[in-house]
This record gives sequence, C-alpha cells and structure tokens, in this order.
Amino acid sequence: MAQQEPQQTERSLTMSRAMVEAIAHEMREDDDVFYMGEDVADYGGIFDSTEGLLEEFGYDRIMDVPISETAYLGAAVGAAQAGMRPIAELMFVDFFGVAMDQIYNQMAKNTYMSGASVSVPMVLTTAVGGTYNDAAQHSQTLYGTFAHLPGMKVVVPSTAYDAKGLMHNAIRDDDPVVYMFHKRLMGIGWMPAPEGPKTGVPEDEYTIPFGSADVKREGSDVTVVTLGLHVHRALEAAESLTADGIDAEVIDLRTLVPLDTETVRESVSKTGRLVVVDEDYQSYGVTGEIVASVAEDGLGDLEAVERVALPDVPIPYARPMEDEVIPGVEDIETAVRNANE
Amino acid sequence: MVSGNELQEMYETMVTARHYEERLQEEYLVGKQPAFDISAGPIPGELHLAAGHEASGAGVCQHLRDDDTVTAPHRPHHIAIAKGVDLKRMTAEIFGRESGPSKGKGGHMHLFDPDVNFACSGIIAEGCPPAVGAGLAAKKQNTDSVAVAFLGEGAIDQGAFLESLNLAAVQNLPVVFVVEDNDWAISMPKDRITDVENGARRADGFDMPGTRVDADDAVAVYEAAREAIGRARDRNGPSLLEVQVHRRMGHFMGDPEAYRPAEDQEAAEQRDSIERLESELRAHGVDDETIEELRDRARERVEEAIEWATEQPEPEPDDAYEDVFVNPPSGVTDSEPSLAETGGDD
Repeated sequence: MAQQEPQQTERSLTMSRAMVEAIAHEMREDDDVFYMGEDVADYGGIFDSTEGLLEEFGYDRIMDVPISETAYLGAAVGAAQAGMRPIAELMFVDFFGVAMDQIYNQMAKNTYMSGASVSVPMVLTTAVGGTYNDAAQHSQTLYGTFAHLPGMKVVVPSTAYDAKGLMHNAIRDDDPVVYMFHKRLMGIGWMPAPEGPKTGVPEDEYTIPFGSADVKREGSDVTVVTLGLHVHRALEAAESLTADGIDAEVIDLRTLVPLDTETVRESVSKTGRLVVVDEDYQSYGVTGEIVASVAEDGLGDLEAVERVALPDVPIPYARPMEDEVIPGVEDIETAVRNANE
Repeated sequence: MVSGNELQEMYETMVTARHYEERLQEEYLVGKQPAFDISAGPIPGELHLAAGHEASGAGVCQHLRDDDTVTAPHRPHHIAIAKGVDLKRMTAEIFGRESGPSKGKGGHMHLFDPDVNFACSGIIAEGCPPAVGAGLAAKKQNTDSVAVAFLGEGAIDQGAFLESLNLAAVQNLPVVFVVEDNDWAISMPKDRITDVENGARRADGFDMPGTRVDADDAVAVYEAAREAIGRARDRNGPSLLEVQVHRRMGHFMGDPEAYRPAEDQEAAEQRDSIERLESELRAHGVDDETIEELRDRARERVEEAIEWATEQPEPEPDDAYEDVFVNPPSGVTDSEPSLAETGGDD
C-alpha cells in the first residue's frame, strides 16, 4: 500500500500556492522550464495557477499567448521535442476540443510513433470541475477522456500536499503529463474551497510518484475510490456514515495514468464492497474502469458494487439541476449504504 | 444616410442594453458581497456583461430581419437585445428559471432563440462556423437571408475564425463577421496577441472586404454594416468588420482588473457611444423630452423583464435528464425493415 506519510509542517498552503511553489522551484533549477497560457502573466492565471510567477521570472518565461490553443499547445509539443520542458495551460479543460489534434495526435503519440526516438517532456495544466453553475461548456472534468487516450500521464491532485509533489514529478517526467486541477479546490478568493485541500506543505521539494493511490481514510466495511473534489465529499460522507455503524475506507487515486489498481484491489479484498465516485460522465469512464479492473482479478472478493458519477447529460446551468447531476455527499452516503445492505 | 427614426431605434436599443447590464450587475452582486463568492446569489455562474459594446449590436442588427441568423460569443446580451430576443424569457434563462428559452439549462453564455435565429456559445470564435452554415443554408435554400457572426478581438487568432473566413469566401456565402474590439482579451492587451492593429486586415488574406470602424460610434457601425450586410444579401459574398467598443465592467463579474491601468478604463468610458449617439439625435432635432421618453421606455422594459423573470419557478432537479435528444435514444425506429419480411436471412 502506497500510503503517503506527509511530513509534519507548521505551514499550510492552498492548493494553488502549493502548485505554484513547485513550478517556481523547477523554474529556478532548470532554465528550460517555462509556462505558456492565456492570462497567466499579469493576471496570474484565472484560477491562480501562476499567481506571482511573473514577478520572479518575467514575460519571457511566464508567457501570455494569443487565444490560439492549437498553436501554443502544439508549440509546447515542438519545444519539448527540441529539448525544452514547457508547461502549457488550457484555461478550461472544456476547451480541449479547440486543440485536440495537437494534444492527442501529436503530444500523446509522437513518442510511440517515433519508437521513442522522440520524447515530449511537457506538462499540460488545465482547470476542471463544476459546482458553480458555469453550465455545459465550462464545468466538465473529462478525466475519462484524457485517461482513455494512450500516451498521456494523467494527474488529479486533491490536496495542496499532493499538488506540490505531483507537480514536481510532472515537470521532471520525460513524458507528457496532463495535470488536471479542480477549480473548487484551488483556494481562489471568489470560489471558496471546502475544508480539506488546504494542507501542510513542506518548504523543501519532494516528489509523489505517479501510480500511487493514497488511502485517505482507513476502514473495514466498504472501499470508496475517488479523485479530485470528490475525495473531500467522500471523506465527509465517510464521517457521517460512522453514525450508521459503517466504516468506509476512502482511496484517492491521485493519478489515473498510471492507475494504482493494486491499492484498490487490496482494499476491496479486505472490505468486499466497492463504491467508485467520479465527477466525470458515468458511461465509458473512470467508474467503469475501476470496477472492471477490480473484477478482472478479484471477482470473488466483490460482494457489492456501486457507481456514483455524472449521469450522461451535459452539465445544466440552473442550480437545482446542476446539484442534481454532480454527485453530492448524500449521493455517496446512499451508494455506500446500498453497497452495505 | 441613416434616418431620424432609425437613430431613435438604435438609441433605444443601446439604452436598453446598457440599463440591462447595469441592473444585472446589481442583481448578480446580491448575496456575493462583501466577499465575492461566484456560487452565491440569485444569478448563477459566470456573468460577462457588455456595457460599452452597445454600438456594435445596435448598429449591425438594425439591418437584420428575424430570418437572418446571428451567432454571438460569451458576452451576448447587447447583441441578443438588438436582434430582438424575447427579453423576459432571456432574463429568466439568466436567472436559471424554468421559463427561459433553454428551461434553465443554458444560462447567459448559451442563449438560443430560434424565433429570431439567435444563438451564442461560451467558446470563443466557435460561433463562426455555425454562421457560415446558416449562410450555406440560405444559399442552398435560395433565400436572401444573411448570417452574422459576432466575436471579440481576442478570438481573431482562432482557427475556427480564420477557417470560417476562408470557407465563407471560397463558397461565396452571405456571411458578415463582426469583431468587437474592446482592447482586452481578459487581461491581455491587443498588442500582446496580434501584430496587426487593424483586425479587419485579416480579410485581406481571404480576398474579402475588411473594414474597421475606429470609434465607439453607432452611426459609423450602422453605415459600415449596411454595406457589408447589403453585399451579403445581394449574394456578393462575405465581409469582415472590426468595430471599436470598450469594456466597462471587467471581463466577468468579479474580475479584479488589477492588470488594467485606471487611465485605460477612464479613457474608454470617455468614448461612450450612447452619449455620442445622443448628441447625434439632438443634431437631428430630437428634443430632450423625446430622448427622456426613449430612456424611460427602455428602463421600464428592463424592469418588467427582471420582475417577470424573478417570479418564474426554478426547474425541478429531474428536469436535468430531459432534452439530451430530440428523438428517443433508440432513434427513429418505426421504419426499420423486418428481415423476415424483406427476405433476409438472419
């Protein structure tokens, strides 16, 4: 089990500060690292992903670029192949459609198509997630979309501690890494974060290896597997389920590619019950993948399976409907109770 | 020359749009102060207000009919108002109510009104290809309707825009592209995102007319649009207009605009197209009383729309599952041949 033992630290940071700290560290260490995106310079990133970096590194390395995702994401691919280590930001993951050829047919495939004679050491950062009524074109998580297509490592931090360690690893990795940060977790002034993502963060550098899920809460009755914002919702559900006498284990996947199926399987072999919680669409997605990967090797362990994910509809605008489709704490509690019946 | 009547119509449209944005700003901020929280208050989600953009919507749409198509970007209200979108229902949509044209599913960036062929999209420049499609339909259906795609100057570096210019040109389609230049692509000034100060020059590469209206001036927009839309209606092909406007309320509500020098905001406000048009009205002999009447009527219409909208019920949570498809998910199946009857062997 790859449970992390966070170093004790007096200092706690928001997820955005932790992410920025890792980027700044890598930029100081390596002149080849630079950041490109829309509104990343003076604005500091719409979701604070580059806050304060312009002052230290200047416009040459914190580059505002035209709203031309195909051009600048593709330029990141080209620069990476030419020996640089670019970080390129797609402001909302929903905008992927504008530039999917560069992301998928170039960034993700060039290594393989070249027989690994070419490498693409870049990070694609992107904001994901709903909960603030931004409707169908600005609220998706699309974890499954990126994880489905081979050739990209896919990282989804849920805490400041993980955000820093995963970012260090992402920048140092010689393959393309898609780093998907949830807007609601960043600690942006105008979008209050829940309790949880703001954690202790060591000042020193550290890496969190990809493919190591984190058991956020140990339990014996049911395994809840999730990622991103829903780690915090699942933990809240788990606490309230203790009143029902249910002891839930909560696993934060942290990376989708590579996927730590071992930690999940070990947990399910102990609990016998699996609930997978995802903010992405249900069909053909993360929940199905986790359930299938457990079933393939441990069908006999599975007494109950529940999926909690976005139903297969685009994300609606009005609050009652958005609240209906994005899984809430109560939806998780219900699923866990059902699994325990 | 523009007639006195048309000037008054444009003025009323512009004053309606301005008052609308000012009132929405007030409504939006309810429950979001003192600490701004995007997910609180009666209006959900992001809100991109178009105060300062009025000359563009009014000057262009003055030439349009209901059967002409308009696509707008994420900052759409002034264009929707000028195109004649039902103000009450549009307001209900913005408040996330069941009586909105999208039943609360779309919201302010995703307004659709097929009665007047208006649509908008939250992804910049992505309204351009559908406008080309509306022009293509007009050509195939042999009507004289036209399509207008509005976009911001931040969008002129997008493939969707440049590819649309080319497709409209090579197919000789009745499409007008209107670039609203408000100087700022969120925090990025125009000179950071393009080396071409005059965005209308993008037209040169596609051998179509390109005109820039260099001031926040509704009459100048009206004149330039008359030529471009007339050209499209006469089947002489597409045109590109770039129209100088200004942004009075930030990129979105809650934008701290720390990147923007105060002088820039002040200078922009000095170019108010509504004041300019008011002077024009007076020069045409329109008296104060008439101007005040136009303003009152605009205010009243906006207040009525907001009042009506806020009285409308919210959608039910389960409504979220409706409207994914028009046909049932199984598709149109009642004409499926039976293999037995058609002699197939299964």
